[in-house]
Amino acid sequence: MNPSPELSAKCKVFFTVNGEAVKVLTYPMERLLDVLRNELGLTGAKEGCGEGECGSCAVLLDGMLVNSCLIPVAQASRASIVTIEGISAHALIKSLQQAFLECGGAQCGICTPGMILAAVHLLEKKPKPAMAEIREGLSGNLCRCTGYMQIFEAVERAAQSSVAK
Amino acid sequence: MRADPADYKLVSPGNLQAVLSLMAAEPAQWLPIAGGTDVMVLYSAGKLTSRKLINIWSIPELREIEVFPESIRIGAACTYTALRGHEIISREFPLLAAAASWTGGIANQNRGTLGGNIANASPAADSLPALLVYDAELTLISERGERRVPYRTFHTGYKQTALATDELIRSISLPRRFSGYISYARKVGARNAQAISKVCFAGLGQVSNGTIREAHLALGSVAPVPLRLNETERMLTGKKIEISLIDAARESAVSEIRPIDDIRSTAQYRAAAAGNLVAEFLEKLAAEGVKA
Repeated sequence: MNPSPELSAKCKVFFTVNGEAVKVLTYPMERLLDVLRNELGLTGAKEGCGEGECGSCAVLLDGMLVNSCLIPVAQASRASIVTIEGISAHALIKSLQQAFLECGGAQCGICTPGMILAAVHLLEKKPKPAMAEIREGLSGNLCRCTGYMQIFEAVERAAQSSVAK
Repeated sequence: MRADPADYKLVSPGNLQAVLSLMAAEPAQWLPIAGGTDVMVLYSAGKLTSRKLINIWSIPELREIEVFPESIRIGAACTYTALRGHEIISREFPLLAAAASWTGGIANQNRGTLGGNIANASPAADSLPALLVYDAELTLISERGERRVPYRTFHTGYKQTALATDELIRSISLPRRFSGYISYARKVGARNAQAISKVCFAGLGQVSNGTIREAHLALGSVAPVPLRLNETERMLTGKKIEISLIDAARESAVSEIRPIDDIRSTAQYRAAAAGNLVAEFLEKLAAEGVKA
């Protein structure tokens, strides 16, 4: 099937990224991941599998954890997006960073932005998760370095230290 | 090869009527996209044959869960997260809540929709055996009007459905008559999250005095379509649960399915696992039937 010329019209998409209003001129089927990385220079979200299996492209879209490789940018119109670059002000981030450091939760770093965002998404809903809930909350994020235990322990420790404060 | 976004159109009419008008004006031209967890995978791989997509993610009617005295009606674009978080679904339709919890991971549950799972029509989809045993009914909608279709007749062949080229799945209705039933679901796969099932099972039944009053059994990933085990159900109804009955049910289930060898498993393994899941369900019926 030959695409007709009308199919290739770019459109303006407005949304906020990390609190800032953004306007991009792009094809509606451009993946949100590619817009974040290539248009906006936000390279924290990584492309791992490109099919929603690995979670390394995770971002928060209107507060929901999503895989940005599976989102056509037109569906992000008027949404509020938070990437790993914008999470530094989050109340949970200090304890998560400290716990990932102490537990050895990060090695090569490719999965880490997605892991941190999945952990934030979990802890916002369940401040004191059971280990099974931590495992489930992070089950869409693959890591080829750590073997996961250090990451689960880090999230558990971060939850304990956040609750203690 | 990766798709070029310049070759694809995506429109967002914003309301249901406008979506249906466009689909009626150009039947078979428009592919609906909701959460994108299936469509975008094909797209990224350069395997999406539809070049024109129509956004149904943010259509309010498709996101509602309505509770009536006799039934619950789930909008086709309700996400797995919405299903898991719904009190009545968790309480009265635990097989559906369980299947939602082991579909994908959290990010995919936040985007993946029940209607998408049905329309994508994978025989391996996790939520479809649950819909089969709960006697789900689909409401299909087009500009021509609405029609209701028993879900068990919806899949007409491998990845084939009863949807007309101008139709959308509007909602999925479940009768609220199963809350007292014993239920059992299990996914057999490399892991629950993300992995696609080798075999998945949903069973629902009622027992009194050790006799099966009613049994609904369904399996995924063992045939070209998600399969309700009609013959096995007939064979079980009115019988006492005994070892010989469990053995016969195992045999009957294996004769009803048409498993294949593929990258995830073998026909032989699938047949053995399917028989074991049926047996496990009957053992649970026997154990809980005694308590009841």
